Amino acid sequence: MTSILVFVEHRDGTPRRASLEALGAAAATGLAPIALVTGPGAAQAAAPLSAAGAKKLVVITGGDHYSPDGTAADIAAAVGAHAAVAFVAAASSAGKDLLGRVAGLLDCAPLADCTTFTCSGGVFTVQRPILAGKALVTVQSQSKVCCATLRSNTFAVATGGGAAEVTTVATKGGKVKVTGVAAKGDAKLDVKEAAVVVSGGRGLREAAGFKIVEDLAAAFGNAAVGASRAVVDSHWRPHSEQVGQTGKTVAPQLYVAVGISGAIQHLAGMRTSKVIVAINKDAAAPIFKVADYGIVGDAFEVLPALTEAVKQAKAAN
Amino acid sequence: MKIIACVKRVPLTDALVKVSADGASIDPTGLVYSLSFYDDLAVEEALKTKEKLGGEVTVLTLGASDASKELRECLAKGADHATILLDPAWAARDARSTAKALATRILELGAELVFCGRVATDRDQSAVGTMLSSYLGWSCVTDVTKLELTATGGTAERETEAGIETLAFSLPAVITCDKGLNEPRLAGLKGIMAAKKKTIDETKPVDIESAVKVLKVELPAARKAGRIVGQGAAAVPALMDALRNEAKVL
Ligand SMILES: Cc1cc2nc3c(=O)[nH]c(=O)nc-3n(C[C@H](O)[C@H](O)[C@H](O)COP(=O)(O)OP(=O)(O)OC[C@H]3O[C@@H](n4cnc5c(N)ncnc54)[C@H](O)[C@@H]3O)c2cc1C
Ligand SMILES: Nc1ncnc2c1ncn2[C@@H]1O[C@H](COP(=O)(O)O)[C@@H](O)[C@H]1O
Repeated sequence: MTSILVFVEHRDGTPRRASLEALGAAAATGLAPIALVTGPGAAQAAAPLSAAGAKKLVVITGGDHYSPDGTAADIAAAVGAHAAVAFVAAASSAGKDLLGRVAGLLDCAPLADCTTFTCSGGVFTVQRPILAGKALVTVQSQSKVCCATLRSNTFAVATGGGAAEVTTVATKGGKVKVTGVAAKGDAKLDVKEAAVVVSGGRGLREAAGFKIVEDLAAAFGNAAVGASRAVVDSHWRPHSEQVGQTGKTVAPQLYVAVGISGAIQHLAGMRTSKVIVAINKDAAAPIFKVADYGIVGDAFEVLPALTEAVKQAKAAN
Repeated sequence: MKIIACVKRVPLTDALVKVSADGASIDPTGLVYSLSFYDDLAVEEALKTKEKLGGEVTVLTLGASDASKELRECLAKGADHATILLDPAWAARDARSTAKALATRILELGAELVFCGRVATDRDQSAVGTMLSSYLGWSCVTDVTKLELTATGGTAERETEAGIETLAFSLPAVITCDKGLNEPRLAGLKGIMAAKKKTIDETKPVDIESAVKVLKVELPAARKAGRIVGQGAAAVPALMDALRNEAKVL
């Protein structure tokens, strides 16, 4: 059966959700997904990846450091070895880093951050946002291998797979070496991964104003804190939290914008969220144009009340 | 050291977008262009590197001749040379054919270090820099927020979902620049005057067929009209009710 290669990220053998979604999108084409995993604990990912639709598992071993160009070479080799017709990964920082490298090695055109991914009669067609989401383009891949990254929170995870056959391959190694990762404090959720994002803007007045945003995020439990560029540029929040065209693109179940005006560059990063809530004291703020629900009011008055209500709702569940 | 900054001229990020009559491209009428946000960072890092390690900076773009306006601004900031790989149909080029044309020119120029932006804010692909590195067979580090370079290699930091990653690499290399890496300088009067005298090379890029076919360009569906549930803290119960019973996200 024709196969499709999926690069899977994991933490000590637990696949990341965005990778499971990419695997689900691959399985949904009807082709046989081959999952490629690398790094410590990779072999432990066999069970969850089989369950999520992987027909085969390629475990890359060796190499005392992660090397992005090494992994790209491993992927390109696996595409060749299995005669895969496509390579997909999550549009995460690793996926984005690998896409062009692999596409270059295979001399194929890359398609980044796709929001649809289909294959019909051997031809791949995807839709992807351009110009910061202001337009959507539908393109057909005419490369021999369709190379794509897929936007997270967009594709469904597959269930009910059988046991995947596991093969082990030694890494080719690469020139660039990852020498360390300084983990974020207290295992905070990344804005791209969280089911709920509570973002704050200049309306919070100062860095300390984010206390009420952090409290609301903590009340949800599965939430991350996001920020507008204005507050990142003022050094109230780190750039890793910035949502928007020059920050991150997020598509959570619930996006709460607090004291954010809703500039086009901010909307670029969050307009595909499932539900958007805006809290702003200016009833004319453009954020209300994209919000499903809005409260016109002072964040310092509304947020503590909302945090209490969410705490109570969570306790009652 | 020969250093290149790859830059692209793209529509301003607050541009209003219209679809052309063919339904498969963006209508360029009325669009105002500037260098892509991250390409300013690439130019700045190239200039800083030249100041530290010596060498020459060339700004390179694949585009139409009207990109000379932006390239001249780069010359005014201190770039030594500027080249346009002339392609009136640049907007329709895919990342692969763009990267192949740039790679050919980079080899001709004998460069050892190439700076790109993290992403060009028109097609949002984040692919040309990494593709270049594969075609050139060079090291590549992406989305760099901190960089230490020597004449033979360097270390870099980049932000990932897991935290700050540190990387070590050797030259030649392609480096893609993320926000935080530097603060782009403004051109001074002296630079602006000097740039007027410099010539901008225009050459034809190698012709490579596109490997993607655009079927359709459309505007995203407008979000369903929302509603204001109320004013101030008193509106919280109404919001909770909507989130729980209507949106079902609680
Ligand atoms: C090339 C480029 C890229 C950009 N990229 C990004 C990006 O990635 N992300 C991004 O966010 N922006 C980006 N921007 C910036 C963007 O244009 C806006 O400047 C920015 O989003 C504004 O941030 P803000 O909403 O926090 O601030 P403001 O626009 O100042 O809005 C503050 C809001 O808070 C409200 N407010 C004030 N006090 C209160 C209160 N007590 N309670 C409730 N509400 C209150 C006000 O009514 C106002 O609506 C970019 C701009 C450019 C040119
Ligand atoms: N037409 C072009 N001319 C020169 N450099 C380009 C061009 N297209 C892309 N680049 C470079 O590649 C980076 C990433 O572009 P992209 O892959 O299109 O997001 C840009 O920030 C530029 O540095």
